[in-house]
Amino acid sequence: MKFLPLVLANLGRHKLRSALTVLSVALALFLFASLRSVVTTLDASAQFGSATRMVVQNATGIVFPLPLSYASRLQATPGVEAVTWANWFGGQYGDGKRFFANFAVDPASYLAMYPEIAVPADQRAAFLQDRSSALIGSQLTRIFGWKLGQDVTLRGTIFPGDWTFTVRGIYTTTAKSIGEDALMFHYDYLDERTQHRVQPGWFVLRIADASQAPAVARRIDDDFRNSSAATKTGTEQAFQAGFVTMWGNVQFLMNSIGMAVVFAILLVTGNAMMMAARERTAEVGVLKTVGFADRTLFTLVIVEAGAIALAGAALGLGAATGLYGNGRFTFGGFLQGFRVTGATQVLGVGLAVLLAVASGIVPALRAARLPVVQALRKVE
Amino acid sequence: MRIPFVYNVRSVAQRPLSTAMTALGVGIVVAVFVAMLALANGFSAALASTGSPDNALVLRRGANSEMVSGISRDDAKIIEASPYVATGGDGQPLASPEVYVAVNLHRLGDSASEANVVVRGVSDAAFQVRRNVKITAGRRFASGAAEVIVGDKLVGRIAHTAVGDTMHFGGRDWLVAGHFSAGGSSFESEIWGENEQFMPVFRGQVFQVVAFRLKDPAAFDAAKRSFDADQRLTVDVYRENEFYDSQSELLTRILRFLAVMITGIMAVGAVFGAVNTMYAAVAARLPEIGVLLTLGFKPRHVLASFLAESAAIALVGGLVGCLFALPINGIVTSTTNWNSFTEVAFAFRVTPGLLAAGLIFGVVLGVLGGFFPARRAARMPVVQAIR
Repeated sequence: MKFLPLVLANLGRHKLRSALTVLSVALALFLFASLRSVVTTLDASAQFGSATRMVVQNATGIVFPLPLSYASRLQATPGVEAVTWANWFGGQYGDGKRFFANFAVDPASYLAMYPEIAVPADQRAAFLQDRSSALIGSQLTRIFGWKLGQDVTLRGTIFPGDWTFTVRGIYTTTAKSIGEDALMFHYDYLDERTQHRVQPGWFVLRIADASQAPAVARRIDDDFRNSSAATKTGTEQAFQAGFVTMWGNVQFLMNSIGMAVVFAILLVTGNAMMMAARERTAEVGVLKTVGFADRTLFTLVIVEAGAIALAGAALGLGAATGLYGNGRFTFGGFLQGFRVTGATQVLGVGLAVLLAVASGIVPALRAARLPVVQALRKVE
Repeated sequence: MRIPFVYNVRSVAQRPLSTAMTALGVGIVVAVFVAMLALANGFSAALASTGSPDNALVLRRGANSEMVSGISRDDAKIIEASPYVATGGDGQPLASPEVYVAVNLHRLGDSASEANVVVRGVSDAAFQVRRNVKITAGRRFASGAAEVIVGDKLVGRIAHTAVGDTMHFGGRDWLVAGHFSAGGSSFESEIWGENEQFMPVFRGQVFQVVAFRLKDPAAFDAAKRSFDADQRLTVDVYRENEFYDSQSELLTRILRFLAVMITGIMAVGAVFGAVNTMYAAVAARLPEIGVLLTLGFKPRHVLASFLAESAAIALVGGLVGCLFALPINGIVTSTTNWNSFTEVAFAFRVTPGLLAAGLIFGVVLGVLGGFFPARRAARMPVVQAIR
């Protein structure tokens, strides 16, 4: 500790170099934290969903519907407590550039299935009562400026034409599988306005006992195997995870870029440390002459490298955490809840320590092993 | 008179490790730059090359992907009869009314994971309309039989795709009759069979799109107007290549944005590294700079010399970076076309233009990093430098 002023004085000798090195470490860790957070956010969204909810889809593919008549058969399946259904609407608002989920639901049973969707009681009643109404997530009021009682018109892509809904309710939710940027409206309204018969895109079930999920899934899929539409049943979690894998190998991409970034910065800091050490060869000789032990000199260099790396880490990780902390960065709705997790911060600090050791080790060893005579030869 | 470049080469040789580390730092930035843009280009190229400007694609009005479109049999007949559709040698229209669906298929070697694969039912004329489709193994599917051909990029990724295997989807078994390539386009991520075979097992009596060859590619606008004006049809007509290009737009934009943002931040870090190195180089060579100035070299010559040195180091780094990035060319990866929720496999594309851009990017980093140190060297008073 008593050598701290010496370390600080050394860092202050080339203020510009120290500052630039700290900044490059900060940039590297900022990037690292951002890339890592993409991975953790995707991983987290694959974990969304309740263990007691299951999703039944058409086994052939996600775009194929299931007959509405399945609802009563699903309800009658042992272990199933409640059933609801929904259909993807795929409407666009305005120029269609901002993607948001919008789907038709069976209102009463859907809200009962998702108690996490919180709607004020009067708005809930108004939404249930008005067949052409919509329930919207609180984020949509910010994104599109929608208000309660306003008519909003979506352009149908799957169901052609303009569809106007009256906003009767605004919900907030803790369920990340739904998100606060979705629009829901009445399934019956969709059915009524479409010439051909509409069928549900998927069913959601609540089961009594989470540990029975595999058995219930097997029972349902066996039951419908030889029906007009075979089913694929899985937990809500597996349903979410399916969407996450559709991005492709994001994890590998992000991790390889992250590694490249860290390695590039290792070169920058390592270089700076070596330059600093080279310039001070003579001083090391003097310090040794006045009685500094080899081990102390080794530690001094490592501590100097550590100070640079940790200052950079604090800057970079702090900036990333602060920037993404308010939850506004969702990348156009694709990454809900994007933020820097504690694990990422710990990993970042760990990387900084590693960076300090890796960049400081060669100059530190050189300083420790330098023969005094050779070092002093440079002193005039 | 210019300062001979050999002076820089010899100076650099005096500090090989530090120079190599700076160059390598620039190299890594260039490698990431090239690799990420190769990813974006590969995706965009796979979709862009899917269509031909000689073809037109007809979808239901308002449909933004083939998946959500629907064209009735009667409407398909009307479209085929249009005078803007080219005809083949036998006088038949070169048009392919197509069934387009996505099915869940198991990935090879991982029975837990499923991919949304496009299954496209085409007419006999499809192979004349889509001229880039070539059979690479086996043969075409036979008309009237439960047979399919599989795109090359699915082979080895999806289970049961070898020629002679039997695939099961849509409640039926399908014999894999052959494999096909399509010039690297997204068709290679699809399974093709006969439209009349797929229609009953999937979505009933409706096609999703009609693709046809234009009799006169230049007359596309006239063809579009005639379809728009036709009271019997509610369809949108696109030039085929433009349609598929638009399908890749969003994801390509995201990838390019990511590439620029990530490499931009990395580049700043690398420039800082170069600044450090060049300042150290200038500091170590102060007496030499003094000698150069005394010999009559002008400050701008010193400036140019140090800038050239920095740029040359960065250029070497850029070359190394390009070499790092080169092996990823052709590696196949996959992602999802979010318009149709289907998987698209594509290859990284490292083009000569991209490599050139990477090199220029590297040199720019070098010049930026070298500028302030070089200016300091050039402004050095002779007396102080020589001391």
